[in-house]
Amino acid sequence: MSTALNSERSAILKQNRASRSERLLRAVRTPGGAVFVLLIGLLAAIIVLNPSFGEPSSFIRFVGRTAPIAIAAIGQYFVIVGGEFDLSMGSVVTMQVIVAGNLIRQDDSKVIPVLVLMLVLGAFVGLVNGLITTLLQVPSFIVTLGMMLALLGLVLYWTGGAAQGNPADSFRQIGRGGIQDVPVLDVIPYPVIILTAVAVAGFVLMRRPYGRMLIAVGDNPEAAALAGSRVWWVRTRAFMMSSLSATVAGILLVGYAGVHPSVGRGYEFTAITAVVLGGVVLGGGRGWVLSAAAGAFALESLFTLLNFMGLQATWRDTVQGAIIIIAVAAASRSWQRKRKGASSAAHDEQHQLAAAPTPAEGTEQGGERV
Amino acid sequence: MRNNSVRAIALAAALPLVALTACTTEPSVTQTTGTGTGSAAASSPASKDWFDQALYDTQNQQRSATFEGNPEQPYLQYIAGPMTDTSKFKSPGAHKVCFANASISNPWRQTGWITMNQQLKALQGTGVISEMETRDAKDNDNTQIADIDYFIAEGKCDAFVISPNSTAALTQAVERACQTGKPVVVFDRGVETDCATTFIHPIGGFAWGIDTATFLSERLQSGDKVVALRILPGVDVLEHRWAAAKKIFEEKGIQAKDYFTGADPTKIKNIISDELATGDVKGVWMDAGDGAVAALEAFEDAGKKLPVMTGEDEMSFLTKWKQTGIDAMAPVYSNFQWRTPLLALEKIFKGEQIPTEWVLPQKPILANELDDWLQRNQGMPSGHYAKFGGEDLPGYPEVWQKRQMP
Repeated sequence: MSTALNSERSAILKQNRASRSERLLRAVRTPGGAVFVLLIGLLAAIIVLNPSFGEPSSFIRFVGRTAPIAIAAIGQYFVIVGGEFDLSMGSVVTMQVIVAGNLIRQDDSKVIPVLVLMLVLGAFVGLVNGLITTLLQVPSFIVTLGMMLALLGLVLYWTGGAAQGNPADSFRQIGRGGIQDVPVLDVIPYPVIILTAVAVAGFVLMRRPYGRMLIAVGDNPEAAALAGSRVWWVRTRAFMMSSLSATVAGILLVGYAGVHPSVGRGYEFTAITAVVLGGVVLGGGRGWVLSAAAGAFALESLFTLLNFMGLQATWRDTVQGAIIIIAVAAASRSWQRKRKGASSAAHDEQHQLAAAPTPAEGTEQGGERV
Repeated sequence: MRNNSVRAIALAAALPLVALTACTTEPSVTQTTGTGTGSAAASSPASKDWFDQALYDTQNQQRSATFEGNPEQPYLQYIAGPMTDTSKFKSPGAHKVCFANASISNPWRQTGWITMNQQLKALQGTGVISEMETRDAKDNDNTQIADIDYFIAEGKCDAFVISPNSTAALTQAVERACQTGKPVVVFDRGVETDCATTFIHPIGGFAWGIDTATFLSERLQSGDKVVALRILPGVDVLEHRWAAAKKIFEEKGIQAKDYFTGADPTKIKNIISDELATGDVKGVWMDAGDGAVAALEAFEDAGKKLPVMTGEDEMSFLTKWKQTGIDAMAPVYSNFQWRTPLLALEKIFKGEQIPTEWVLPQKPILANELDDWLQRNQGMPSGHYAKFGGEDLPGYPEVWQKRQMP
């Protein structure tokens, strides 16, 4: 946002004063908005193939099981929009799953202490990732790759490859249970509630000074530093949020799936794919936090759609890969188009001054586009 | 126009993925139990048929074969057949063993690896083996070939134990080991040469497939749906299990739909939830029991009737089976085979005859034996295998309970 050129400023102002529907249309044409269209399309396709999926009780369960990856995608978003990568996410999930399994066992009284320990561990991993990346100037790709291997090795050393077993049911309820006997929905899984909380928190955070700063740092760290932001601390906090979101995802997965050393495997790449599918630009500085979550939902819907289509098992991964590449290619194309559109809009006099600009929206738009 | 070209590029970029899929199936040629050929490698992956009627028939018969030896020591039992004379290897004293291991990347291999090391301790105690040098190939053919060549070049091995990563790729390396004139013991997956002193393995994947698919089809009606959860494609011992089961399901008119899960319980649960959303699932078949609990939990969470199921002798499945009281069986890919190579070497150094192809028993756990096996493995972790066969070894049970690996 801070990089918005003077010549573009008046266009931005005009765009913000456009009618609500016009703004919506414009948003949908960005990759961050297009992912919602893609998501609706995929969900519609699933419901056509299998109408029972559209029933509220089935659908809310689908949202529940997608919550962990959506939360991970939100965490990964902070790191990516700040211009870095977090490849250690999957290993953090695995580590936390094993920690829960091995430390809680069947002892209900240990649920809370271990939960606190897991959050501290998650924050610590993120802190280490962040400090090594920012203060020692090691590329985050390497730091988090190293962290990924180190944590996986630690898990193998600690467990001998197999966990002791699932932790107490009271702990698993967080990821497996829900509020029962809800009208219409039948059940509201706890993961849905947690996802909603994380999404709202992420949304609010990106509108606060920290969020603005993070996007500025991702867009141009030198400029952000000159403008007085402590780049290292902004990015380190992003890493900590990423590891913490992986921890929350891990807590939900222990409940949903149970303890197994393969839980969390490949999570970092699924999360990065979801973030990119949500139109967030690798390299930072552009993208919307809720689009990252929508990207995760689109990805999960795609897997479900392929399941329902009865695609041959040996082919499924290939089809998934091809579709993801096409979707991301299309997204990057529309960013390019959008950029051209933005600069030409500066000279476009047809915009109506319909509504007064509300500061919050104005700054959000400015941060999101350019 | 440019949009089209982007799509074309995207598709072109996806092509190597297809090629990669092909590669993963390439190295794992049909496992022959010493007699067949690896002709399947020549066919394309898409049309590749893992089914081998001759092998199917052999293993079907071996299911009911009588095994020589003491049933209390199944790891020493074998089906009568050609024997190898090992008198030329007879030598006193302690020997150094070199072990080229494919990997310890799954709970089954880890459990076996623990058992093998405790067996090693026992044999070190009796002065048969001085030390065992192990190189772990981490599931990589090239690494394992290099490992074997390293052992040969080092020239300090009195015997080789090889657990091949894949069949065709390791054949020549095993032949090179044989040429050193030292005893060579191959176990688990096979190679396409009979130069080894002995090849140790349980009956095989077809027997597993026959046991499990027969169990399910006896309990289900024609037209019922079975979800088949498979770990990964292209590994012969796993593909044989599915090839046999698929044939039987097709014959009995059971609708079997297969998925690859990578043993990830999250994936398994998603798959079952999706299948339950499209209609009733009457049975669950697994090519390995890892993740069986997640499959059953998916039924519980959806509030559906629990299926008829086949898992494996992994503790997590046996425990869940007991808790839920489902109609199930646990096929066994005898984990105790990890002891046998070292015991075979003991016999070889004594100059005793041993089976050229050492077919170990592979007996599934049925409902009436469930309590017994749970009792015998009390306190073991969820990834432990009930038929690990190491109850008489030093360190039992703590070493297995804590999964202590060197």
